[in-house]
Amino acid sequence: MKIRIPFLFLTIIFLVIFFVFYKGLQNSNIYTPNNNIEKDLPNFQTKMFNEDREIFLRDIFKKDKFYLINIWASWCIPCREEHSFLISLSNLKNIEIVGLNYKDNSKNAKNFLKELDNPYQIILSDKDGTNSIELGAYGVPESFLIYNQKIIKKIIGPLNNKSFIEIKKIIK
Amino acid sequence: MKYFRHVLVILFLLNFNFANAQDNDLESKITKNLRCLICQGQSVYDSDSDFAVSLKLLVSKKLEEGKNEKQIYDYLKDKYGEWILYDPKFDKSTYFLWLLPILLFITGGAIILRLFIIKKK
Repeated sequence: MKIRIPFLFLTIIFLVIFFVFYKGLQNSNIYTPNNNIEKDLPNFQTKMFNEDREIFLRDIFKKDKFYLINIWASWCIPCREEHSFLISLSNLKNIEIVGLNYKDNSKNAKNFLKELDNPYQIILSDKDGTNSIELGAYGVPESFLIYNQKIIKKIIGPLNNKSFIEIKKIIK
Repeated sequence: MKYFRHVLVILFLLNFNFANAQDNDLESKITKNLRCLICQGQSVYDSDSDFAVSLKLLVSKKLEEGKNEKQIYDYLKDKYGEWILYDPKFDKSTYFLWLLPILLFITGGAIILRLFIIKKK
């Protein structure tokens, strides 16, 4: 009886720990952010890409209209991949695309748009990356679907056929 | 006299350094407690990724605006969720995490106590 109680305790603790770790083995340890939460659009002052003037982010977006904020850079390879989707989105009537140029050289960025065509109605400039952080972005490329001053969808990484169809469905 | 002057200069330099270091303290404290979300297992303070560099800039901006530590944490939590903080809050989904070590400690203590009492008896 003397040894039994600690032994029992140890076995139970061992089993609990074993169970927790065994369960944990099957979980993915790669963090995937929750990207379907509706959030209010933050308001911050930001520079325009083509003009030397500052603008408040919320002033760009009118009510009852869909917008897509797309964070891009000329040095970002996946941005080239998604560019054709942005062009086809820009041809749709009920959505406007706003670009946010992320930590980029403006000459390179202009060449990028010259080469691949410009899908953006407005382009903002984010030289030090803080505007993207305020939007809640992780990096480039990333897109935010905006409606009535709210972020209704977040696409992390390049747009693909699947997200393109999803966006089309939402804005219909 | 010469010696005295040297000491004065050294003292002045040391004080200068001290004032400067204190200023950065809060910023590094905050960024050490923020998880770099795109680089696994690193804090924002340790990382040099684009995300971390921008986040460090934003934290120093917010400090300049006069925001305190808690306000900055709340602000970032609202944007990126609880996960960005290294110090998780005590709530429904984390109680196991917080209570398990205490539980283990208490059971371990109980086992040791029991052994001692049994031995004495």
